[in-house]
Amino acid sequence: MDFEPNSEQQMLIDQVRRFVREEVIPLEAKLDPDASELPDEDFKRLTDKTKAMGLFGIDIPKEFGGPDIDIVTRVLLAIEMAQHRAGLYVPCYGTFGGAGLAQIFEANEDQKERYLYPTLRGEKKPFFGLTEPSGGSDPARAIQTKAERKDNGWVLNGAKLFISGADRAQYGIVFARTDASKGRNGITCFIIDSDTPGFHVRRVVHTLRSSSYATELEFKDCWVSDHQVLGEVNKGFAVANARLTRQRIPYAAGCIGVAIAAHEMAIEWAKMRSTFGEKLANRQAVQWMLVDNEIDIRTARHFTLEAAEKARRGLPFRIEASIAKLTASEGGGRVVDRSMQIHGGMGMTKDLPLERWYREMRIRRVGEGPSEVQRMVIAREILGSNLR
Amino acid sequence: MAIRLRLDKPWQPLTPEQATRLPGQLGVYQIADANGTVLYIGHAGGRSPFGLRSELQREAKDRGPGCQFRVEVNMQYRTRWFELLMVHQADHGALPPDNAKNPPPLGRLSPA
Repeated sequence: MDFEPNSEQQMLIDQVRRFVREEVIPLEAKLDPDASELPDEDFKRLTDKTKAMGLFGIDIPKEFGGPDIDIVTRVLLAIEMAQHRAGLYVPCYGTFGGAGLAQIFEANEDQKERYLYPTLRGEKKPFFGLTEPSGGSDPARAIQTKAERKDNGWVLNGAKLFISGADRAQYGIVFARTDASKGRNGITCFIIDSDTPGFHVRRVVHTLRSSSYATELEFKDCWVSDHQVLGEVNKGFAVANARLTRQRIPYAAGCIGVAIAAHEMAIEWAKMRSTFGEKLANRQAVQWMLVDNEIDIRTARHFTLEAAEKARRGLPFRIEASIAKLTASEGGGRVVDRSMQIHGGMGMTKDLPLERWYREMRIRRVGEGPSEVQRMVIAREILGSNLR
Repeated sequence: MAIRLRLDKPWQPLTPEQATRLPGQLGVYQIADANGTVLYIGHAGGRSPFGLRSELQREAKDRGPGCQFRVEVNMQYRTRWFELLMVHQADHGALPPDNAKNPPPLGRLSPA
Protein backbone atom coordinates (compact mmCIF):
# COMPACT_ATOMS: atom_id res chain seq x y z
CA MET A 1 0.00 0.00 0.00
CA ASP A 2 1.25 3.46 -0.89
CA PHE A 3 0.55 5.96 1.87
CA GLU A 4 2.03 9.02 0.19
CA PRO A 5 -0.73 11.63 -0.12
CA ASN A 6 -1.94 12.25 -3.66
CA SER A 7 -1.99 15.81 -5.02
CA GLU A 8 -5.55 16.48 -3.89
CA GLN A 9 -4.84 15.18 -0.39
CA GLN A 10 -1.63 17.21 -0.23
CA MET A 11 -3.52 20.35 -1.16
CA LEU A 12 -6.00 19.75 1.66
CA ILE A 13 -3.18 18.95 4.10
CA ASP A 14 -1.42 22.21 3.21
CA GLN A 15 -4.67 24.13 3.62
CA VAL A 16 -5.37 22.69 7.08
CA ARG A 17 -1.72 23.07 8.16
CA ARG A 18 -1.84 26.77 7.26
CA PHE A 19 -5.12 27.12 9.12
CA VAL A 20 -3.66 25.57 12.27
CA ARG A 21 -0.44 27.59 12.16
CA GLU A 22 -1.87 30.94 11.08
CA GLU A 23 -5.30 30.94 12.72
CA VAL A 24 -5.41 28.56 15.67
CA ILE A 25 -1.96 28.66 17.28
CA PRO A 26 -1.80 32.50 17.49
CA LEU A 27 -5.13 32.51 19.38
CA GLU A 28 -3.80 30.03 21.93
CA ALA A 29 -1.17 32.48 23.07
CA LYS A 30 -3.98 34.50 24.67
CA LEU A 31 -6.04 31.62 26.08
CA ASP A 32 -5.67 29.81 29.38
CA PRO A 33 -3.26 26.91 28.77
CA ASP A 34 -6.01 24.46 29.66
CA ALA A 35 -8.72 26.13 27.60
CA SER A 36 -10.89 23.97 25.39
CA GLU A 37 -13.10 26.67 23.88
CA LEU A 38 -12.54 29.78 21.81
CA PRO A 39 -14.28 33.09 22.50
CA ASP A 40 -17.52 33.25 20.48
CA GLU A 41 -16.26 35.84 17.98
CA ASP A 42 -13.10 33.84 17.21
CA PHE A 43 -15.07 30.60 16.92
CA LYS A 44 -17.44 32.18 14.41
CA ARG A 45 -14.62 33.76 12.40
CA LEU A 46 -12.72 30.47 12.16
CA THR A 47 -15.87 28.48 11.39
CA ASP A 48 -16.58 30.86 8.51
CA LYS A 49 -13.09 30.06 7.22
CA THR A 50 -13.57 26.27 7.38
CA LYS A 51 -16.88 26.71 5.56
CA ALA A 52 -15.09 28.75 2.88
CA MET A 53 -12.50 25.95 2.67
CA GLY A 54 -15.36 23.48 2.01
CA LEU A 55 -14.34 21.39 5.01
CA PHE A 56 -17.02 22.29 7.55
CA GLY A 57 -18.94 19.27 8.82
CA ILE A 58 -15.98 17.13 7.82
CA ASP A 59 -17.38 13.96 9.41
CA ILE A 60 -20.86 14.27 7.96
CA PRO A 61 -21.51 11.70 5.21
CA LYS A 62 -21.96 13.11 1.71
CA GLU A 63 -25.61 12.01 1.51
CA PHE A 64 -26.34 14.20 4.53
CA GLY A 65 -24.57 17.25 3.11
CA GLY A 66 -20.98 16.61 4.23
CA PRO A 67 -17.90 17.40 2.13
CA ASP A 68 -17.30 13.79 0.99
CA ILE A 69 -13.93 13.16 2.61
CA ASP A 70 -12.81 9.53 2.56
CA ILE A 71 -11.39 8.02 5.74
CA VAL A 72 -7.76 8.02 4.55
CA THR A 73 -7.92 11.72 3.75
CA ARG A 74 -9.75 12.25 7.04
CA VAL A 75 -6.84 10.63 8.89
CA LEU A 76 -4.29 12.79 7.08
CA LEU A 77 -6.28 15.90 8.02
CA ALA A 78 -6.83 14.73 11.61
CA ILE A 79 -3.05 14.46 11.98
CA GLU A 80 -2.75 18.12 10.94
CA MET A 81 -5.72 19.35 13.00
CA ALA A 82 -4.25 18.01 16.24
CA GLN A 83 -0.98 19.95 16.01
CA HIS A 84 -1.71 22.64 18.59
CA ARG A 85 -2.07 22.88 22.34
CA ALA A 86 -5.72 21.79 22.59
CA GLY A 87 -5.46 19.60 19.51
CA LEU A 88 -5.61 16.15 21.06
CA TYR A 89 -9.15 16.43 22.40
CA VAL A 90 -10.42 19.59 20.73
CA PRO A 91 -8.81 19.70 17.29
CA CYS A 92 -9.05 23.27 16.01
CA TYR A 93 -11.56 23.94 18.83
CA GLY A 94 -14.34 22.26 16.87
CA THR A 95 -14.30 24.80 14.06
CA PHE A 96 -14.54 22.02 11.45
CA GLY A 97 -17.98 21.14 12.89
CA GLY A 98 -19.25 17.88 14.26
CA ALA A 99 -21.35 15.07 12.92
CA GLY A 100 -22.84 13.88 16.18
CA LEU A 101 -22.67 10.23 17.08
CA ALA A 102 -22.17 7.64 14.38
CA GLN A 103 -25.03 5.47 15.72
CA ILE A 104 -27.63 8.14 15.13
CA PHE A 105 -27.18 7.75 11.38
CA GLU A 106 -28.70 4.27 11.89
CA ALA A 107 -31.84 5.75 13.44
CA ASN A 108 -35.30 5.41 11.86
CA GLU A 109 -36.79 8.34 9.96
CA ASP A 110 -38.76 9.67 12.92
CA GLN A 111 -35.63 9.61 15.11
CA LYS A 112 -33.56 11.22 12.37
CA GLU A 113 -36.04 14.10 12.22
CA ARG A 114 -35.96 14.54 15.99
CA TYR A 115 -32.24 13.99 16.61
CA LEU A 116 -29.95 13.58 13.59
CA TYR A 117 -30.97 16.58 11.52
CA PRO A 118 -31.06 19.02 14.47
CA THR A 119 -27.60 17.73 15.42
CA LEU A 120 -26.24 18.31 11.93
CA ARG A 121 -27.74 21.82 11.99
CA GLY A 122 -25.92 22.45 15.29
CA GLU A 123 -29.18 22.77 17.24
CA LYS A 124 -28.69 19.71 19.45
CA LYS A 125 -25.70 18.09 21.10
CA PRO A 126 -25.55 14.42 22.04
CA PHE A 127 -23.67 12.36 24.62
CA PHE A 128 -22.62 8.71 24.46
CA GLY A 129 -23.56 6.71 27.57
CA LEU A 130 -21.84 3.34 27.61
CA THR A 131 -19.31 3.09 30.47
CA GLU A 132 -20.57 2.37 33.98
CA PRO A 133 -19.00 2.41 37.46
CA SER A 134 -18.76 -1.38 37.06
CA GLY A 135 -16.34 -0.97 34.12
CA GLY A 136 -15.95 0.21 30.58
CA SER A 137 -13.50 -2.18 28.90
CA ASP A 138 -15.98 -5.01 28.78
CA PRO A 139 -19.32 -3.26 28.39
CA ALA A 140 -21.18 -6.37 27.26
CA ARG A 141 -20.68 -7.88 30.71
CA ALA A 142 -20.26 -4.75 32.82
CA ILE A 143 -23.50 -2.96 31.95
CA GLN A 144 -25.77 -3.05 35.00
CA THR A 145 -28.16 -0.27 34.05
CA LYS A 146 -31.49 -2.02 33.56
CA ALA A 147 -34.39 -1.18 31.31
CA GLU A 148 -37.63 -2.95 32.22
CA ARG A 149 -40.89 -3.05 30.28
CA LYS A 150 -43.61 -0.78 31.66
CA ASP A 151 -46.61 1.09 30.21
CA ASN A 152 -45.72 0.54 26.53
CA GLY A 153 -42.19 1.69 27.16
CA TRP A 154 -39.13 1.13 29.29
CA VAL A 155 -38.04 2.20 32.76
CA LEU A 156 -34.30 2.75 33.18
CA ASN A 157 -32.48 2.48 36.49
CA GLY A 158 -28.71 2.63 36.94
CA ALA A 159 -25.63 4.79 36.53
CA LYS A 160 -23.06 5.77 33.92
CA LEU A 161 -19.56 7.08 34.52
CA PHE A 162 -16.95 9.05 32.52
CA ILE A 163 -19.61 10.46 30.18
CA SER A 164 -18.41 13.54 28.32
CA GLY A 165 -20.75 16.41 27.56
CA ALA A 166 -23.87 14.96 29.20
CA ASP A 167 -24.46 18.15 31.19
CA ARG A 168 -24.61 20.25 28.03
CA ALA A 169 -26.32 17.75 25.73
CA GLN A 170 -29.94 17.77 24.68
CA TYR A 171 -30.03 14.00 24.27
CA GLY A 172 -27.82 10.95 24.58
CA ILE A 173 -27.45 7.39 23.42
CA VAL A 174 -27.63 5.11 26.44
CA PHE A 175 -27.04 1.38 26.64
CA ALA A 176 -29.05 -0.66 29.13
CA ARG A 177 -29.60 -4.31 29.89
CA THR A 178 -33.02 -5.47 28.72
CA ASP A 179 -32.49 -9.21 29.19
CA ALA A 180 -30.23 -10.32 32.04
CA SER A 181 -30.05 -13.89 30.75
CA LYS A 182 -28.60 -13.09 27.33
CA GLY A 183 -25.22 -11.43 28.02
CA ARG A 184 -24.16 -9.24 25.11
CA ASN A 185 -27.40 -10.13 23.32
CA GLY A 186 -29.45 -8.62 26.11
CA ILE A 187 -28.42 -4.98 25.69
CA THR A 188 -30.54 -2.32 24.04
CA CYS A 189 -29.63 1.16 22.88
CA PHE A 190 -31.98 4.01 23.88
CA ILE A 191 -32.12 7.67 22.90
CA ILE A 192 -32.72 9.67 26.07
CA ASP A 193 -33.71 13.34 26.07
CA SER A 194 -31.80 15.06 28.83
CA ASP A 195 -35.01 16.67 30.17
CA THR A 196 -36.63 13.27 30.72
CA PRO A 197 -37.78 12.93 34.35
CA GLY A 198 -35.47 10.56 36.19
CA PHE A 199 -32.37 11.51 34.19
CA HIS A 200 -29.73 13.22 36.35
CA VAL A 201 -26.19 14.49 35.79
CA ARG A 202 -24.96 13.90 39.32
CA ARG A 203 -21.41 15.19 39.34
CA VAL A 204 -18.33 16.28 37.48
CA VAL A 205 -15.55 13.70 37.28
CA HIS A 206 -12.17 15.41 37.37
CA THR A 207 -9.36 13.71 35.47
CA LEU A 208 -5.88 14.42 34.13
CA ARG A 209 -7.66 16.16 31.30
CA SER A 210 -8.20 19.34 33.24
CA SER A 211 -9.43 21.33 30.24
CA SER A 212 -12.65 19.39 30.17
CA TYR A 213 -14.53 17.03 32.43
CA ALA A 214 -16.52 13.87 32.35
CA THR A 215 -19.73 13.35 34.31
CA GLU A 216 -21.54 10.71 36.30
CA LEU A 217 -25.15 10.02 35.38
CA GLU A 218 -28.01 8.48 37.28
CA PHE A 219 -31.20 7.01 35.87
CA LYS A 220 -33.89 6.79 38.50
CA ASP A 221 -37.19 5.35 37.26
CA CYS A 222 -36.52 7.10 33.96
CA TRP A 223 -39.39 6.13 31.62
CA VAL A 224 -39.06 6.33 27.84
CA SER A 225 -41.41 5.15 25.12
CA ASP A 226 -40.70 2.47 22.52
CA HIS A 227 -40.02 5.29 20.06
CA GLN A 228 -36.74 5.91 21.89
CA VAL A 229 -35.24 2.50 21.10
CA LEU A 230 -32.37 2.91 18.62
CA GLY A 231 -32.15 -0.13 16.38
CA GLU A 232 -33.63 -3.32 17.77
CA VAL A 233 -34.29 -4.48 21.31
CA ASN A 234 -31.42 -6.66 22.62
CA LYS A 235 -29.18 -5.69 19.69
CA GLY A 236 -27.65 -2.58 21.20
CA PHE A 237 -24.19 -3.99 21.68
CA ALA A 238 -23.65 -4.34 17.95
CA VAL A 239 -24.46 -0.63 17.64
CA ALA A 240 -21.86 0.24 20.29
CA ASN A 241 -19.21 -2.08 18.93
CA ALA A 242 -19.36 -0.83 15.35
CA ARG A 243 -18.66 2.67 16.57
CA LEU A 244 -15.87 1.69 18.90
CA THR A 245 -13.91 -0.14 16.20
CA ARG A 246 -14.16 2.60 13.57
CA GLN A 247 -13.52 5.36 16.09
CA ARG A 248 -10.07 3.95 16.87
CA ILE A 249 -8.66 5.17 13.55
CA PRO A 250 -9.16 8.95 13.93
CA TYR A 251 -8.38 8.53 17.62
CA ALA A 252 -4.96 7.21 16.61
CA ALA A 253 -4.52 10.05 14.12
CA GLY A 254 -4.93 12.66 16.85
CA CYS A 255 -2.14 11.02 18.86
CA ILE A 256 0.14 11.11 15.82
CA GLY A 257 -0.55 14.81 15.24
CA VAL A 258 0.40 15.74 18.78
CA ALA A 259 3.47 13.48 18.62
CA ILE A 260 4.62 15.26 15.46
CA ALA A 261 4.15 18.67 17.07
CA ALA A 262 6.09 17.62 20.18
CA HIS A 263 8.85 16.06 18.08
CA GLU A 264 9.23 19.20 15.97
CA MET A 265 9.52 21.29 19.12
CA ALA A 266 12.17 18.92 20.49
CA ILE A 267 14.22 19.08 17.26
CA GLU A 268 14.09 22.87 17.23
CA TRP A 269 15.07 23.06 20.91
CA ALA A 270 17.90 20.54 20.50
CA LYS A 271 19.40 22.62 17.69
CA MET A 272 19.18 25.80 19.72
CA ARG A 273 20.00 24.82 23.30
CA SER A 274 23.62 24.40 24.47
CA THR A 275 24.85 22.62 27.59
CA PHE A 276 28.47 22.30 28.65
CA GLY A 277 29.56 24.08 25.48
CA GLU A 278 27.74 21.83 23.04
CA LYS A 279 24.38 21.93 21.29
CA LEU A 280 21.94 19.28 22.55
CA ALA A 281 21.55 18.17 18.94
CA ASN A 282 25.21 17.12 18.90
CA ARG A 283 24.83 14.81 21.89
CA GLN A 284 24.19 11.18 21.13
CA ALA A 285 21.80 10.75 24.06
CA VAL A 286 19.54 13.43 22.59
CA GLN A 287 19.99 12.24 19.02
CA TRP A 288 18.81 8.78 20.02
CA MET A 289 15.74 10.18 21.73
CA LEU A 290 14.91 12.06 18.54
CA VAL A 291 15.51 8.94 16.46
CA ASP A 292 13.18 6.93 18.70
CA ASN A 293 10.57 9.70 18.33
CA GLU A 294 10.86 9.48 14.56
CA ILE A 295 10.45 5.70 14.61
CA ASP A 296 7.42 5.84 16.91
CA ILE A 297 5.75 8.45 14.70
CA ARG A 298 6.45 6.64 11.45
CA THR A 299 5.27 3.32 12.88
CA ALA A 300 2.02 4.77 14.17
CA ARG A 301 1.42 6.70 10.95
CA HIS A 302 1.95 3.59 8.82
CA PHE A 303 -0.41 1.41 10.86
CA THR A 304 -3.07 4.09 11.11
CA LEU A 305 -3.09 4.75 7.38
CA GLU A 306 -3.15 0.99 6.75
CA ALA A 307 -6.27 0.68 8.96
CA ALA A 308 -7.88 3.64 7.21
CA GLU A 309 -7.10 2.26 3.75
CA LYS A 310 -8.66 -1.11 4.62
CA ALA A 311 -11.74 0.64 6.00
CA ARG A 312 -11.93 2.77 2.84
CA ARG A 313 -11.82 -0.35 0.66
CA GLY A 314 -14.55 -2.02 2.69
CA LEU A 315 -12.19 -4.73 3.94
CA PRO A 316 -12.17 -6.05 7.52
CA PHE A 317 -10.08 -3.68 9.62
CA ARG A 318 -10.64 -4.67 13.24
CA ILE A 319 -7.07 -5.89 13.84
CA GLU A 320 -5.58 -2.95 11.94
CA ALA A 321 -7.67 -0.46 13.94
CA SER A 322 -6.45 -2.00 17.18
CA ILE A 323 -2.82 -1.95 16.07
CA ALA A 324 -3.21 1.68 14.98
CA LYS A 325 -4.78 2.72 18.27
CA LEU A 326 -2.17 0.84 20.26
CA THR A 327 0.92 2.09 18.43
CA ALA A 328 -0.31 5.67 18.20
CA SER A 329 -1.40 6.06 21.82
CA GLU A 330 1.60 4.27 23.32
CA GLY A 331 4.14 5.66 20.82
CA GLY A 332 2.65 9.14 21.06
CA GLY A 333 3.02 9.06 24.82
CA ARG A 334 6.67 8.09 24.51
CA VAL A 335 7.31 10.86 21.99
CA VAL A 336 5.81 13.53 24.25
CA ASP A 337 7.73 12.15 27.24
CA ARG A 338 11.08 12.23 25.38
CA SER A 339 10.35 15.70 24.03
CA MET A 340 9.75 16.94 27.57
CA GLN A 341 13.02 15.36 28.68
CA ILE A 342 14.90 17.17 25.90
CA HIS A 343 13.30 20.45 26.97
CA GLY A 344 14.35 19.96 30.59
CA GLY A 345 12.63 22.21 33.12
CA MET A 346 10.85 24.24 30.44
CA GLY A 347 9.13 21.07 29.30
CA MET A 348 7.35 20.78 32.63
CA THR A 349 5.83 24.27 32.56
CA LYS A 350 2.49 25.53 31.34
CA ASP A 351 4.44 27.97 29.16
CA LEU A 352 4.73 25.15 26.63
CA PRO A 353 2.00 22.74 25.47
CA LEU A 354 4.06 19.65 26.31
CA GLU A 355 2.75 19.23 29.85
CA ARG A 356 -0.88 19.35 28.63
CA TRP A 357 -0.11 16.81 25.90
CA TYR A 358 1.65 14.60 28.46
CA ARG A 359 -1.42 14.51 30.71
CA GLU A 360 -3.92 14.12 27.90
CA MET A 361 -1.87 11.56 25.99
CA ARG A 362 -1.84 9.36 29.09
CA ILE A 363 -5.61 9.11 28.88
CA ARG A 364 -5.37 7.88 25.30
CA ARG A 365 -3.91 4.58 26.47
CA VAL A 366 -7.20 3.96 28.28
CA GLY A 367 -9.85 5.79 26.22
CA GLU A 368 -11.58 4.04 23.29
CA GLY A 369 -10.44 0.68 24.66
CA PRO A 370 -7.27 0.36 26.75
CA SER A 371 -4.01 -1.02 25.36
CA GLU A 372 -4.68 -4.38 26.99
CA VAL A 373 -8.04 -4.72 25.25
CA GLN A 374 -6.44 -3.81 21.91
CA ARG A 375 -3.90 -6.58 22.50
CA MET A 376 -6.76 -8.99 23.34
CA VAL A 377 -8.50 -8.09 20.08
CA ILE A 378 -5.30 -8.66 18.13
CA ALA A 379 -4.61 -11.95 19.95
CA ARG A 380 -8.11 -13.20 19.16
CA GLU A 381 -7.63 -12.42 15.50
CA ILE A 382 -4.23 -14.12 15.42
CA LEU A 383 -5.13 -17.17 17.45
CA GLY A 384 -8.68 -17.72 16.33
CA SER A 385 -12.08 -17.83 17.89
CA ASN A 386 -11.19 -20.29 20.68
CA LEU A 387 -9.99 -17.31 22.75
CA ARG A 388 -13.36 -15.54 22.64
CA MET B 1 -14.81 8.30 46.37
CA ALA B 2 -15.81 11.66 44.92
CA ILE B 3 -14.17 14.84 46.18
CA ARG B 4 -16.52 17.21 47.95
CA LEU B 5 -18.63 19.38 45.69
CA ARG B 6 -18.87 22.65 47.56
CA LEU B 7 -16.23 24.95 49.05
CA ASP B 8 -16.85 24.99 52.78
CA LYS B 9 -13.74 26.59 54.26
CA PRO B 10 -14.24 29.57 56.58
CA TRP B 11 -14.34 32.99 54.93
CA GLN B 12 -11.41 35.38 55.34
CA PRO B 13 -11.52 39.16 54.95
CA LEU B 14 -10.53 40.21 51.43
CA THR B 15 -7.67 42.60 52.08
CA PRO B 16 -4.36 43.18 50.26
CA GLU B 17 -2.55 41.86 53.35
CA GLN B 18 -4.49 38.58 53.45
CA ALA B 19 -4.11 38.12 49.69
CA THR B 20 -0.34 38.60 49.93
CA ARG B 21 -0.14 35.61 52.28
CA LEU B 22 -1.74 33.24 49.75
CA PRO B 23 0.27 30.64 47.83
CA GLY B 24 1.28 31.32 44.24
CA GLN B 25 -0.46 28.12 43.15
CA LEU B 26 -3.28 27.46 40.72
CA GLY B 27 -6.79 26.98 42.02
CA VAL B 28 -10.28 28.34 42.49
CA TYR B 29 -11.75 30.96 44.77
CA GLN B 30 -15.01 32.52 45.89
CA ILE B 31 -15.70 36.15 46.79
CA ALA B 32 -18.63 36.95 49.10
CA ASP B 33 -20.13 40.06 50.64
CA ALA B 34 -20.02 40.70 54.38
CA ASN B 35 -23.03 38.39 54.90
CA GLY B 36 -21.42 35.46 53.11
CA THR B 37 -23.49 35.75 49.93
CA VAL B 38 -21.30 34.56 47.07
CA LEU B 39 -20.70 37.34 44.56
CA TYR B 40 -18.17 35.69 42.28
CA ILE B 41 -16.45 32.38 41.63
CA GLY B 42 -13.09 32.67 39.90
CA HIS B 43 -9.97 30.70 39.13
CA ALA B 44 -6.26 31.29 39.04
CA GLY B 45 -5.10 29.66 35.82
CA GLY B 46 -1.87 28.99 34.04
CA ARG B 47 -1.52 32.60 32.89
CA SER B 48 -1.83 34.09 36.40
CA PRO B 49 1.61 35.49 37.26
CA PHE B 50 1.43 34.38 40.91
CA GLY B 51 -1.60 32.10 40.87
CA LEU B 52 -4.16 32.59 43.65
CA ARG B 53 -2.06 35.30 45.28
CA SER B 54 -2.10 37.64 42.29
CA GLU B 55 -5.77 36.92 41.48
CA LEU B 56 -6.89 37.72 45.02
CA GLN B 57 -4.60 40.78 45.20
CA ARG B 58 -6.35 42.05 42.08
CA GLU B 59 -9.79 41.26 43.54
CA ALA B 60 -8.91 43.08 46.78
CA LYS B 61 -7.75 46.14 44.86
CA ASP B 62 -10.77 46.19 42.50
CA ARG B 63 -13.45 45.52 45.12
CA GLY B 64 -12.15 47.52 48.08
CA PRO B 65 -13.05 46.71 51.69
CA GLY B 66 -16.11 44.76 52.87
CA CYS B 67 -15.74 41.49 50.99
CA GLN B 68 -14.62 38.01 52.03
CA PHE B 69 -12.90 35.19 50.19
CA ARG B 70 -11.92 31.55 50.36
CA VAL B 71 -9.63 29.52 48.08
CA GLU B 72 -8.87 25.97 47.09
CA VAL B 73 -5.52 25.04 45.58
CA ASN B 74 -6.36 22.80 42.63
CA MET B 75 -4.42 21.91 39.49
CA GLN B 76 -7.73 21.07 37.80
CA TYR B 77 -8.73 24.67 38.20
CA ARG B 78 -10.84 24.83 35.05
CA THR B 79 -13.01 21.78 35.59
CA ARG B 80 -13.31 22.61 39.30
CA TRP B 81 -14.35 26.17 38.38
CA PHE B 82 -17.04 24.87 36.02
CA GLU B 83 -18.18 22.47 38.72
CA LEU B 84 -18.47 25.17 41.38
CA LEU B 85 -20.46 27.39 39.02
CA MET B 86 -22.86 24.58 38.11
CA VAL B 87 -23.31 23.54 41.74
CA HIS B 88 -24.03 27.17 42.68
CA GLN B 89 -26.57 27.36 39.89
CA ALA B 90 -28.22 24.13 41.08
CA ASP B 91 -28.28 25.30 44.70
CA HIS B 92 -29.45 28.88 44.13
CA GLY B 93 -31.19 28.81 40.75
CA ALA B 94 -28.76 31.37 39.32
CA LEU B 95 -25.08 32.13 38.96
CA PRO B 96 -23.33 34.49 41.38
CA PRO B 97 -24.13 38.04 40.23
CA ASP B 98 -20.64 38.89 38.99
CA ASN B 99 -20.41 35.63 36.98
CA ALA B 100 -23.88 36.21 35.53
CA LYS B 101 -22.62 39.37 33.80
CA ASN B 102 -20.42 37.31 31.50
CA PRO B 103 -21.38 33.67 31.96
CA PRO B 104 -19.17 30.93 30.53
CA PRO B 105 -20.84 28.07 28.62
CA LEU B 106 -22.19 25.80 31.33
CA GLY B 107 -24.10 22.56 31.60
CA ARG B 108 -26.65 21.41 34.17
CA LEU B 109 -25.86 19.44 37.28
CA SER B 110 -28.37 17.99 39.69
CA PRO B 111 -26.17 17.00 42.62
CA ALA B 112 -27.62 14.26 44.80
